[in-house]
Amino acid sequence: MNGRAVRSLLLWLLAMLAGAAIVWNSRFTADMSFFLPARPSAEQQVLVDQLKEGAVTRLLMVAIAGGDAEQRAGLSRELRRRLAGGADFLSVQNGEAGSDEADRAYLLRHRYLLSPAVTPERFTVDGLRTAIADSIDRLASPAGMMLKTLLPRDPTGELVALLGTLAGGHQPDSRAGVWASRDGERAMLLVQTAALGSDTDGQQAAIERIHAEFAAASAAAGGVGFTLQLSGPGVFAVNSRETIKAEVTRLSSISSITIFLLLLCIYRSLRLLGMGLLPVVSGSLAAVVAVSLAYGTVFGITVGFGSALIGEAVDYSIYYFVQSGRSGIDAWKRRFWPTIRLGVLTSIAGFGALLFSGFPGLAQLGLYALTGILVAALTTRFLLPPLSPASWQMPDLTPLGRQAERLIGRLRHLRWPVLGLAVAAAVVLFVDRDDLWHPELAALSPVSRADQQRDMALRADIGAPDSRYLVITQGSDREAALQQAEAAGRQLDRLVAAGVIGGYDSPARFLPSQATQAARRASLPEPGELRQRLAAAQAASPLAAARLEPFIADIAAARAAPALDREALAGSNLALAVDALLLAHNGGWSVLLPLRPPAAGELDAAALQAALAGSGALFIDMKREFDQLYNDYLHEAMLLSLAGLGAIVVLLAATLRSPRRLAAVLLPLVLAVLIVIAGLHLMGERLHLMHLIGMLLIIAVGSNYALFFDLPPDQPQLDPETLASMLIACLTTAIGFGTLALSQVPVLHAVGITVGPGAVLALLLAAIFVPRARPR
Amino acid sequence: MNRRILLGLLLAALTLPASAAFDIGQLMAGLATHKGGRARFVEKKYIALLDKPVVSTGEMSYVAPDRLEKRTLTPKPETLVLDKDKVSIERERQKLSISIANQPEALAFVDSIRGTLSGNRAALEKSYALHLAGTADKWVLTLLPSDQRIAAQVLKIVVSGSRNQVLGIEYLQADGDRSVLSIEPIAGP
Repeated sequence: MNGRAVRSLLLWLLAMLAGAAIVWNSRFTADMSFFLPARPSAEQQVLVDQLKEGAVTRLLMVAIAGGDAEQRAGLSRELRRRLAGGADFLSVQNGEAGSDEADRAYLLRHRYLLSPAVTPERFTVDGLRTAIADSIDRLASPAGMMLKTLLPRDPTGELVALLGTLAGGHQPDSRAGVWASRDGERAMLLVQTAALGSDTDGQQAAIERIHAEFAAASAAAGGVGFTLQLSGPGVFAVNSRETIKAEVTRLSSISSITIFLLLLCIYRSLRLLGMGLLPVVSGSLAAVVAVSLAYGTVFGITVGFGSALIGEAVDYSIYYFVQSGRSGIDAWKRRFWPTIRLGVLTSIAGFGALLFSGFPGLAQLGLYALTGILVAALTTRFLLPPLSPASWQMPDLTPLGRQAERLIGRLRHLRWPVLGLAVAAAVVLFVDRDDLWHPELAALSPVSRADQQRDMALRADIGAPDSRYLVITQGSDREAALQQAEAAGRQLDRLVAAGVIGGYDSPARFLPSQATQAARRASLPEPGELRQRLAAAQAASPLAAARLEPFIADIAAARAAPALDREALAGSNLALAVDALLLAHNGGWSVLLPLRPPAAGELDAAALQAALAGSGALFIDMKREFDQLYNDYLHEAMLLSLAGLGAIVVLLAATLRSPRRLAAVLLPLVLAVLIVIAGLHLMGERLHLMHLIGMLLIIAVGSNYALFFDLPPDQPQLDPETLASMLIACLTTAIGFGTLALSQVPVLHAVGITVGPGAVLALLLAAIFVPRARPR
Repeated sequence: MNRRILLGLLLAALTLPASAAFDIGQLMAGLATHKGGRARFVEKKYIALLDKPVVSTGEMSYVAPDRLEKRTLTPKPETLVLDKDKVSIERERQKLSISIANQPEALAFVDSIRGTLSGNRAALEKSYALHLAGTADKWVLTLLPSDQRIAAQVLKIVVSGSRNQVLGIEYLQADGDRSVLSIEPIAGP
């Protein structure tokens, strides 16, 4: 090894060490932000905030099965007791008696500041007479009977009005005193974690704690056969991360071991193999470093793409060893390197197009692959030659090349059948163009179907909110935001009355704006005045005014009580409801008003938007935003793919300088894309965004092979070694991408299943359509 | 021959007094034959706090064995439907629906009505001690809660009727208030 080689090696080692240090300090994540828009609209920002920090993402649903109803209820109470201690959970609810005592006490105590019915008119002689008569009528109903004892304190029925607004009238079923599933066979709990939904580590800790406490409680109950089921966004996040972690290891191992063994068979030399892997290692490391430096965090899925990168990056060293074996390094640099360089550039053009995506996951994948390929190619070009021994023994691959040559000779007869196949593929795609694509972002979600189904079952059992529809109001401070929410609430009340919506939640119900509280307080008459009015109002009523002294005392207390603030709610479940819906963010406050759809039929979004127009309140349909988001991504991915394709064509055209040669290079690639996509469609694969990206990659990666068939005029035929090197390189690429196709993560699977077969087909078709040698 | 006649007479003599005394089994068997129908009702609630009872009127309909609908017309319209284990109340645009299958107190209360209407003795005896007085034409069935949790709410329930028709239900609550429900059948179509 000469001095130059040593210098190169040292430089390389230093770069690798620096890279390793950066990777070591990188933050890896497997959360939803992979899918969340980099440049969100106002509506999408709400979506992003909800998914990252929304109260719904901190909700875990817990189901206990096994034993009998009493045993499950006992276990549910014990689990609640255990979980409620400590700071991991904001609330643990299981419906047991007394758990909403604090809420009722708050509503009763502050009813005159909270009830929307409190107006000056309510406390006139007529207003009192009507309200009290209504309360007496209510006693005729079984629903009103339980409020009988409160009548002397609350004759105008403010508590009834307030209770009606709680929980939207919906409560989970109950068995043996605690919440139960609809079939009664499972006890249900609803847990809110202190950790944010975006804090996967925190979610994992919370989930593990629930499992541990359940195991302890179950053991203490002496019971065997109790099982615990958990679901919620936190469970999804943790499971997805586990899946992605496991996949990264599994897929990279499969692809690297297979490629390792393949190369060992071909090189039959550990030294060559080791050198051949240098570009791969360098590329993989550089790829993570680039992503880490550019984005701050590295998505797990991005690293999962590594198995494909290995298959692609190893190509360059294969070309180098196989092609330079006979002709020597200098001849290789002269004759082959320009072709390889052009292939690298087309690959970079393909992956580079992804960099401009507003879909952060896609942009990362682009940067990752681009960097990996570039560094692998550069390492091959500049590190391998100085490190190479003066001469090396390469097994003779000529026989392989000759066999391939003969095969290609025969395959040429398939030109017309292949063209026919491609036309058929195009027809299939055209005819079925309306159901080729998966319409939802869910297509990309790494959450398994089993997890999704369990979540839906638990959600239905416990009636957990799905928060699909929201109205949002903004304000510069809490008071302004609450006032906005109250104004929007008045609009929504009209829509509830008109049956457009079923109902809505608002933090202003439990924490009205100071202005509203002041107005309500001002409506309350002073005791002497109230006593006189009651005497007049109740003259003919079965409820004598003299019995209503407790009412007069409560009104007097309410007139003197301080205004309610967030601290007044402390210790109640209402505090959670308020915190979940009243959010501070940089520069202001916003209030969420989740809507319930009407009892029958769909929610009329147009009517809602019309009602809220001009009020400053924003109506959001989360599902529509998600679908819109996905459509935007898909639309953008189409543009980017076209742009990438355009860049590749321009690059090839500029280098080849001949329309005929350009067509010869592109034709097999386009045919390969058509056949692969139609094939996937016919095999029942619903195409999504990542298949589209896969199409671009077939062109970008496949062009490497097609270019080799583009021969200089002085060389009529590809030499057997080059052909052999292409075969091997194509095989490793197919292994790399093919491994991705095994992935359970849809993003990786789609790219793998498209590009794996696509690369092989690209080589095959390039061979079939190689221009016939012109007679000299 | 004489002996057989004598024995027959003796048996007849033994059974006669038994058929004259109306027992719970007979009442229940009779009630069980009632397949349902419609009735007007007047309910008066006597509440200590109020100088006059709260009176409500409306219609009830019953379909054996477990659907009961009580449609109050005055003073405020309200519909209460008891269908198997589901109770739903609709009042002033508000709709409330709860399952009582797993709520023993509510279930016992509902069973007092449902058990009587359908002649389901086992269901009644699960939560109440039964006392019957009167004749088949004019009977009074008293239900005394045997469960402490129910007794804390209701001291006793008195159901009166004629043959297989319930004509009145009176609840005496633990706080001394009571409600009296009078039922007047409407001849079915």
